[in-house]
Order: sequence, then structure tokens, then C-alpha cells
Amino acid sequence: MSNIPRDLQYTKSHEWVRTLANGTLEIGITDHAQHALGDLVFVEVPETGREVNAGDGCAVVESVKAASDVYAPVSGAVTEGNAALVDTPELVNTDPYGAGWLLRLRPQKAAGSAGLMSADAYAKHLESEAS
Amino acid sequence: MGLKTPLYARHVEMGARIVDFGGWDMPVNYGSQIEEHHAVRRDAGMFDVSHMCVADLRGARVRAFLRQLLANDVARLQSPGKALYSCMLRADAGILDDLIVYFLSESWFRMVVNAGTRDKDLDWIRQHAAAFEVAVTERKDLAMIAVQGPKAREKAATRIPAAHRAAALELGTFVGAECGDLFIARTGYTGEDGWEVMLPAERAVAMWNAWSEAGIKPCGLGARDTLRLEAGMNLYGSDMNEATHPLESGLAWTIAWEPAERDFVGRAALAKVKAQGSARKLVGVLLEDRGVLRSHQKVITAGGDGEMTSGTFSPTLERSIGLARVPAGTGAQVQVDIRGKLLAARVVKPPFVRNGRPLVS
Repeated sequence: MSNIPRDLQYTKSHEWVRTLANGTLEIGITDHAQHALGDLVFVEVPETGREVNAGDGCAVVESVKAASDVYAPVSGAVTEGNAALVDTPELVNTDPYGAGWLLRLRPQKAAGSAGLMSADAYAKHLESEAS
Repeated sequence: MGLKTPLYARHVEMGARIVDFGGWDMPVNYGSQIEEHHAVRRDAGMFDVSHMCVADLRGARVRAFLRQLLANDVARLQSPGKALYSCMLRADAGILDDLIVYFLSESWFRMVVNAGTRDKDLDWIRQHAAAFEVAVTERKDLAMIAVQGPKAREKAATRIPAAHRAAALELGTFVGAECGDLFIARTGYTGEDGWEVMLPAERAVAMWNAWSEAGIKPCGLGARDTLRLEAGMNLYGSDMNEATHPLESGLAWTIAWEPAERDFVGRAALAKVKAQGSARKLVGVLLEDRGVLRSHQKVITAGGDGEMTSGTFSPTLERSIGLARVPAGTGAQVQVDIRGKLLAARVVKPPFVRNGRPLVS
């Protein structure tokens, strides 16, 4: 059973979103996603300032086997990419909800994270994908 | 629901992640592909390769038949058990498959061909065998397990019948022998020492468990792919196929041109290519920038574009490596287009790693 923290929001494409105190959003991929991808060996994060639209590819995570796009859960401007992942991409495997975060962005609208799933809804989504 | 090997249920019990591989439900890893890779480079790992197709060819004229069918020459096989790697070509020299053939007796050879090509291969072989009165029997009753790594033979030998242990450990490189109901061959697809063992399908689970207890780590097809690529070995369907010929696939060494009168299938077409000089070649590529090479990425060279045919992250070298088909005149430096960025890469001669040691830096 994969780990789905209750205090985060989720997308169908297996990204998680954490709302930080200053209103920016921290984004990563879920435990389920990192497990499905396997050992990560390369992560490409976006440059600061880049504008992304919801649903756009905003990062790439590569396991030994394949490259996968990470999609922006909401529209906004990138405030920071996780520089630690350049040398230690495996942080996404070992700590997907913590040190393995991918990027932070300032959402376009104040209610930027509306429309994302709760932990319960994401757990149901995983069940429906598995069946 | 895909095809399943006799070990399928055991893989699931051992926590394997199962993926479709050419119609077969196969383990891609049992947790960490990188750990499995290192186990084979440093100690011992094992792979279920029962999806591959084993075929026995029997008949008084089987040697003459194979000298016509294969681009390498089975006349080189003089002592029983000796194996040969060869391409099987179409008349236009396109590669139908790559395979290993064992000489077992003057009336019995054994072939191991790829899983994904089994039906077309068997059709092709039978079509050409008729004139030589050679009978082709697919050995669906056999499973196959590859044990690979510097400690693989030593560990595996502890769990085979004592009566066969010494003989099995004495097998030379690229030689196989029947050891009771096991057929043990000192071959592999990893660049390490080891065996590929064929055995009755109903004994596969017991053998797998015994070897697991002996400290041989179960490994999935993911590690098998990174190991073969580090070893500079081609994968059929990725690095070559029916639209490519051996001289542009790094396989010139497998073509037996002598004796000149041996008229193997594809010879005339391939001789023409050889006379003109192949326009393309298959090379090793080492990425100098950060990123991961993958098949189908565009390779930019001074003499025109080429294409990556395989690419991965090399766990041994901790950087990305691959194989690419490029214009014949390509020099030492190329660029690879990865998601629109042109990254620097160096052309090198495979293998990248052999017997645990990096050969490039």
C-alpha cells in the first residue's frame, strides 16, 4: 500500500501539491509514482521564472528504464527547482514527499489549487487504476 | 493476460514488478534494478529467460543445412557442445534474428532464438529445412535460467547434482553439456562469466529456489538490459531488425566469408554492401553532458544525422551510454538531441564494461 499523506493534494497523473505558508505551491510525484518508475537516475527541473500552464510538462523524471513527464497541477510561475536533485535524483525515491520535491511555483489565481484531489480521492483513483 | 513462464507465480510471490515483454508477463525488477545490476557485476544474479525459444534440429544433413541458413559458419563447431553466435538473414541481408546454435552431434544441433521472433523464425527455419530433411522441434518442455556474475558458477554449482559438478565447472567459454536433465552452457548476455541452464519446466521452480538460497539474487529484465548494453551486446528489435544488415549493426565479426563457395542465405546481397562499403555503422555512445540517452533520439554528426538504437543509464559507469546507427564517416564527437537540447556525446568502441571493469572513461 503506498503512502498518501493526508495534508497534501493530488492529481490523476500522480503529482502531489503542498501549499506553503507564503502561498506558493510545492510539487512532487507520489510514492506510488516513484515506485512504479523504479530507481531514478536523472531529474530535469524547470528554470526559475518559467510560466507553466496547468497540464503542461514542467519536469522530467528518468528512471533507468524510461523518461516520464511531470505535469503542472496548476498554472503559475516557477519560483524554484530542487537543485539537490541534479546530483541526487534518488531523493525522489527515498523521500518523495520531502527532500524529493521537484519544484515550487506561485499559482496564477489565489485559489490556485482548486480542483485537485484529496488524499482519499487519490487513494480511490489508485484503486480504480489497479482494477 | 500475457504468456507466462513456469516461474511466473514464483516471481509474483517474490515481489517482482511484472511487465509485458513481447507478449510475455515477465519480471522487470524485484525492487531495485540498480541493485540487481550490481549483484551481477560484483557477485551473482539470475534471470528467468524461459520465454526464449529453444529448438532442436535433427537429421543426417543438419550441419549442411545450417551452413546454408546462417551467416556464421557452423563448420567452426568441431567438438560436441561448442556454441556459435550468428545472424539469420533474409535473401536481401536484412537480419531476421540473432541466435546461438550448439553442436551436439552430427545429427543434432540446438538453437536458441529470441522470444519475440519465435513464430517467424520457426516458419523460416522449417521452410528451408525441408530440402535437407531436417526436423525442427520447439522445446516448449524446457525452462531456461541464466546465472551470471563473477561468483555465479561457483554458487550455482553447489546446488546441482554432485555427479555433474566437476564437469559443469570445467566447461569452457561458449560450450554447453548435458548434465543429467540439465543442459548447462557457459554463455550469457551480461558481459560476466556464468551459465545459461536449460531444464525440464517442472523443475524450474525448485532450481530457482535452490539457487536463491545459495545466494544468487533474482534479477529482472530491467537489469538484463543495462547489463547487456554495458557489455556492448545488441538487442534484436532495437539495435537491428529486418530493415538493417549486419555490416551496419556492429556484427561484421559474425559473418563467415570463408570459404567463398559457402552460399548462405543473404550472402550475395551482403557481399554487394561490403564491396560498396556500408553507408552506416553502429557505434557506442557515451553522453558527456547530464541526461539519459534513449532509443530513437536523433544523433547529429558532421556527416549527417543518425539515431540512437538503445540508451540507458549505466549503473557501473554512473553516466549514460547507448548504441547509435550513424553515417559511416562519423568521428569521435557527436551531439544528441534530448528533448530539443543538443548534448555533447563521445563515440566509443563497445563494450563499455566487461568482467566488472569499466573499459571507457
